[in-house]
Formats: sequence, C-alpha cells, structure tokens
Amino acid sequence: MQRQLANMKQSLFDQGYLDEQFVQLEELQDDANPNFVEEVVTLYYRDSARLVQNIDQALEKSPLDFSKLDSYMHQLKGSCSSIGAKKVKSECTQFREYCRVGNGDGCKRSFQQLKKEYATLRKKLEVYFQ
Amino acid sequence: MSLTTPSASWKSGDAVSDQFPAGLRVLVVDDDPTCLRILEKMLGNCHYEVTKCSRAEAALDLLRDNKDGFDIVISDVHMPDMDGFKLLEHIGLEMDLPVIMMSADDSKNVVMKGVTHGACDYLIKPVRMEALKNIWQHVVRKKKYEWKDKDLEQSGSVEDGERQQKPSDDADYSSSANEGNWRSSKKRKDEEDETEERDDSSTLKKPRVVWSVELHQQFVTAVNQLGIDKAVPKKILELMNVPGLTRENVASHLQKYRLYLRRLSGQHQNGLGNSFMSPQDPAFGSMSSLSGLDLQALASSGQIPPQSLATIQAAALSRATNKSSISVPLVDQRNLFSFDNPNIRFLDGQQQHNNGKQVNLLHGIPTNMDSKQLAALHQSAQPFGNMHINVHSQSGQSNSLLTQLVQPQSRTQMLNEVGSNQVLNLPASVGQPGLSQPIPGAVFGRYGIDNVRAPTYNSLSQPSSVVDFSRSQGMELPGNTIPLASNSGITTFTSKGMLQEDLNSEMKGSRSFLPSFDAFNELNQNRTEDWSLQNVGSTFETAQHSNVQGRLDVAPSVLVQPGFPSDQRNGHIRTTSVNKAAFSAASGLGNITNLGQQLTSSQADNSLRIKSERLPEMGFQNSIFPDQFGQEDLMSALLKQQQEGIVPVENDFAFDEYHLDNLPV
Repeated sequence: MQRQLANMKQSLFDQGYLDEQFVQLEELQDDANPNFVEEVVTLYYRDSARLVQNIDQALEKSPLDFSKLDSYMHQLKGSCSSIGAKKVKSECTQFREYCRVGNGDGCKRSFQQLKKEYATLRKKLEVYFQ
Repeated sequence: MSLTTPSASWKSGDAVSDQFPAGLRVLVVDDDPTCLRILEKMLGNCHYEVTKCSRAEAALDLLRDNKDGFDIVISDVHMPDMDGFKLLEHIGLEMDLPVIMMSADDSKNVVMKGVTHGACDYLIKPVRMEALKNIWQHVVRKKKYEWKDKDLEQSGSVEDGERQQKPSDDADYSSSANEGNWRSSKKRKDEEDETEERDDSSTLKKPRVVWSVELHQQFVTAVNQLGIDKAVPKKILELMNVPGLTRENVASHLQKYRLYLRRLSGQHQNGLGNSFMSPQDPAFGSMSSLSGLDLQALASSGQIPPQSLATIQAAALSRATNKSSISVPLVDQRNLFSFDNPNIRFLDGQQQHNNGKQVNLLHGIPTNMDSKQLAALHQSAQPFGNMHINVHSQSGQSNSLLTQLVQPQSRTQMLNEVGSNQVLNLPASVGQPGLSQPIPGAVFGRYGIDNVRAPTYNSLSQPSSVVDFSRSQGMELPGNTIPLASNSGITTFTSKGMLQEDLNSEMKGSRSFLPSFDAFNELNQNRTEDWSLQNVGSTFETAQHSNVQGRLDVAPSVLVQPGFPSDQRNGHIRTTSVNKAAFSAASGLGNITNLGQQLTSSQADNSLRIKSERLPEMGFQNSIFPDQFGQEDLMSALLKQQQEGIVPVENDFAFDEYHLDNLPV
C-alpha cells in the first residue's frame, strides 16, 4: 500500500502534475498535523472553486474585462503555486498572457484547458489521499 | 556585534532572547486561505507564534489593539479590501513594526514598490520554509536600528552603556543581522560602534508605541513648531509632553515620518497634496525618474526654468537629506545631475547626517511653494530667516542650518514686503507634512523631497519644471521659500525654482535656469542687479543645503534675503537670489545635485558650505540649498563669492557653485 502510494506520488511528479512545493507541504506534515497536506489541498480546491466560477462568469461577459480576469487569474495562480499544482499553474500563466494581449478567444481556450488540468489533478489527489 | 561587555544590563528581558528567535510573534495577512494555512504551519515549525488574518483591516485592528503584541508582520500584496502597500505604510507609521511583503508577482516594479514603501523584505510565492526561517533578522535589525538612532540622536553618544551589550545569546544570531543591517548604523558606524550591541535582541522589551491619529497629530504639530530642521526627537518629545513616550519612540517615528514626507514630495511632483498617510507610490522612484527627466529635459531644452532647477536641486537636496531612505534615490539623482558635479556629496555625506542633521531641512519644505504658499509654510517652518528652508529638517539638526541661513524672520518680512514674491515661504509648511503640498513650487514633499518644483508647482507658471526663480521675484525670501529643497531630490530643484520665481518675480527676467547653465549666467547677470539678493541667495543656499538633500529648497527668494537688510533690496535681491536659485537650479541640474549634495553634506557641517561645485555659470550661489546654512555663513560665503565673482564657492557654502557672488550684483 505504501509502495503504491509512493509510486502514485512519483508518477504525479514525473508527469508534471506536482512540483517542489508539494514536497514542502509534505515536509510540514508531522505527528501533530498528520493530514496537513490533505487539509491544505482541500482548502485549495474549495477556495479555487470560487475563483474558477468567477472566471467562468467573467468570460461570458462581453466585452471581456481583461484586467479583472487577470486579477482573478493572479489569485488562482498564487494558490496553485502554493500547493505545487504545476500544470494548472502553467495554464494560469498562459491565460494571463492572453489577457495581456487582449486575446479573448485565447483566454477562453486556455481556461478550458486549465479547468481540465484542474479537475484531473483533483481526481488524482483524491485517490492519493484515500 | 561587539559584545564588549557582558550583557549584564540587558539580561533583563532577555529571557526571551535565550530562545530567540523562538517565540517571535508573527502576524500573517493574506486573503488566500490556502496560502495562509501553509504559512501558519511553516511559521509554527519555526517555533514562532503565529496569528493569521485574512483581511487587512482586521489585521490593523489587531495590531492597534495589541500594541506590543507582535514583532513582525507578513502581508500579501494583492488583497481585496486594502492594498498591501497601504497596509504596510500604516503599520510602519503607527506601529513601527518590520513588515515583509509577499506575492506571486515578482516583477521589478512591484518589488521596488515594496522597497519604497518601507518593507523590510519581499518574498515571492510560493514561500518556502527557508525564507521564513530567517525573518527574525528583520526584527533584530529594526531594534538595533532604533537603538542606534536613538544614540545618534543623542549626539552620537551612546546613551546606555547597558544597551551596548547585547545579550550574548543574541550575539549569535544578531551578529548576522547586525552585519547586514547596518544601513543606518553604517552611517553612524564610527559614532556608534559600541552601540551595536545595544539593540540586543529583538526580544528586548521595548514597549511598542502605537501612533494613534491624535498622537501622530501631536507629533506633527511639535515637529512643525520646531521646524523640520530643528525637530530633534528630544525637543519633539518635550513639546508633545506625552507621558510614557520615549525619545526613541519619537526618533524612530520621526524617521518614518521623514520617509513619508519624502515620498510625498515625490508625489508632489506629480501632484502634491499628498496626505500624510496617502500611500505614495514610489515617490522615490518617480522622483528619481522625474528628476532625472527633468534635468535632462531641462538640460536639453536649455531653458530650464529656474524652477526646474530648483526642483532638481531640491530633489537632490532632499534626496541627499534623506539619507537612508533616500540614499537610493539620491544616487540616481546624482547621476542625473552629474552634470558638472560629479560629487553629489550631499547625498553621501548628508545622508548620514540627515537623520539627525539638518539635512533634511529642505525636506520639509515644499519646494514648489509659491511664494504665497511659502509664506504659509513659512509659518510652520522655521523662519529661516525667511527662508524657511525648513524643509523638514527632520533631523532637527538641520534646523540649525536653516535658521542660520535665513536670518530669522526679519528676512522674511523683508522679503515679504519686498515683493509679493511668492516667495516660497516654504518654511511654513516645512514642518508639516501636509504643507508641502500646497506650495506649488516648493512642494517639498514633506520630507525633504520637496517638490522640486515640478513644473506643476510653479504657480509662476514656469514653463519648465525648472524653478523659475526669476519669476518670483517678489519672493520674499522669507525664509521659506525657496523650496529649493528639492523635494524629491531631483525635482526639487524645480520646486525651488518655483519658489524663487515667486521671489524673483521681480527678478529680472525669469531666469529660467537653463540647465545649460546659461540660465545661470543670466541669472548672474540679474544678480548684479539685485545682488543684494544674492547674499540672500547664498544664505539660501546654505540653508538649502541642509535641505539640499534632495530638496533644493533653497528658494531663490531665500537667497536673496540673506542678510540683506534692505527690504527693498531684497526685493531685488531676491530676484537675484532667486535667480541664483534658479540659476543654481539651472546650472544645478547638474549643480543642483551637487548643491544638494553639497548642501547635504554641508549641512552636516552646518556651515554654509556652499560647495560651489562648479557651477561656473552658476554664479548663483547655490541659493538653492541652503537651508541649512546659517545665514551668517551664507552671508559670508556670499560675500566671499561676490568677490570672487562667479567662482563657485566651493566650499564656502556648501552650495555648489552657487555663489551668490557670481551673481552680478
């Protein structure tokens, strides 16, 4: 079981879903807080769900408010980086770049991709924490 | 750390120090719950006492309610209810706690913003454990700094022998902190070697004073009353008469205040009127750039109205004065001004002094004060004589210079009478942080960085930011005015120019200080006319010097005044001086800086060293600077100058080249 877990984790790293920061979180886990990582990840998904929803709504407006979108994305990016969600974070960066140049379609596409990564990671982590 | 003596006396309260940095009380502010939780855990692992807060307002309340409850604050930059930088400012002013900023944003300008707003560190998210482990150093550093500052205030004498010793326990970790931080101490290094230890551990029980609005108001009133240049912590403390307040508290608050003013002055350029608390966006940054631009522009335009010069000078001056904080900007300015005078001594020398020294004379003085405003300022500022170059002599010490320069009140009166010159009565406002703003020319940005006349100021309508000294002929040099104390350093010159302009309204011709020194030449010529003013100017310069720090507050008008008893003459002279100021401003673009520098440095000297850096053209005796230069000094310098002609009086007055002598009388 342990090995399975270790393998799973390793693959998450190898596939680029998680990065160094996740390791930091794990190092913080101790006897006093045995579920620290899970706690933080849960917190992350809860809070970021709100952000994702805001962005979705903002993307449906017309014309697009890029600065607001950028601001939301900045927050999301901050959260992602805090837990080490690597792929999601790079999607955030991509999105912001589209925002910067005012490419609405690019933003939307990028966001779809982001949501996918976001969901994938969540599932994998759920399994991991089982 | 020189733990020369066993930390005997300091042992008290060292109990904590034994475990230091464990137990460090940290307040974390971040709207992101994930990040907040992670930080809490990380800090806990460092054995710190952590308090979480997700809203800035709540954090401020917490801090206010627990005055001595926290050692350090870590805050996110982007928060929905309040900008992180604003929070940073509030904390710095009210509680004087070290604040670390955090953000996922690592772009240079944001980090710079952190620096200019006084953050003691900036962390990029995601934050790692290692980064948090060493935050205690900021607490220690600050304490040490405050102690040192305290000492410095006391004329560099080490007050408490006991302080010196830092508990040996602290030695270990403090040493690294000490080394790193001696920015302030460096300056005073020689003076206070022994006091290094003084700060002993950050755990030192130093009751934190919460600077409530009322308390701060009392503080500001006291500072204004004393005049920026005379506002030494001791006196402020006496004036405030608040039981339980220590000189150290006042000293450190004064520092922040100066920093704040400085920032404001930078703002002035952009638009004066910064409230004391208004977060200034990189005032410095802008200032520097402004100044640089100003100067450059001026230089290129060749028509830099005296104002700009003044502003620049002021800026330079103010910069110079602001030593610690401004040192950076000053440096920039220097470059800008390196026209002729590569030695921006002000910045260097003065800076150090600034803290306590006059240096900031100009700071307080809004450089761009129009004469009228100056007059207003004048009141608050110490009458330099009229010149209140009071650019906030925050250090209080600068006051001496300023006052010297401007022969007290009499001048102002004269000046005032003489011309309606708007003479920058900077002084009035000098003391008050808020004052500077109004002064158009003199906007000295509260702290020294008086507004160098960013063109905005000059009510005189100076075409360029250059301080139009010439304009203000009327400027009564009454001490104030010469906002020469360029507020933010560079631009301050302009502000000064403005003042001068006011002063110089009579002066012949607006002497726009052409950056290319041509202006000065003109001025010089004008000078002849009014030469009497010259002296005034010189005094101004001296005075300005003090403020020169960034502010070339030396309002031209001030220059005029120096010691010229004849009111009427003053009128003329003013112009001259104004010109000078302008001139200096002009020539000063390069010179100003020098002047500023010189002023600043001279300020330290307190003598009217007008470093005539070499503004040959400038003959103007650096009237811009001079706040600090006692009038007597200025006068003498001026006189000297006169004889020498446009010889940069280099060392008579700290004004660089701005010898009034040069101005053809």
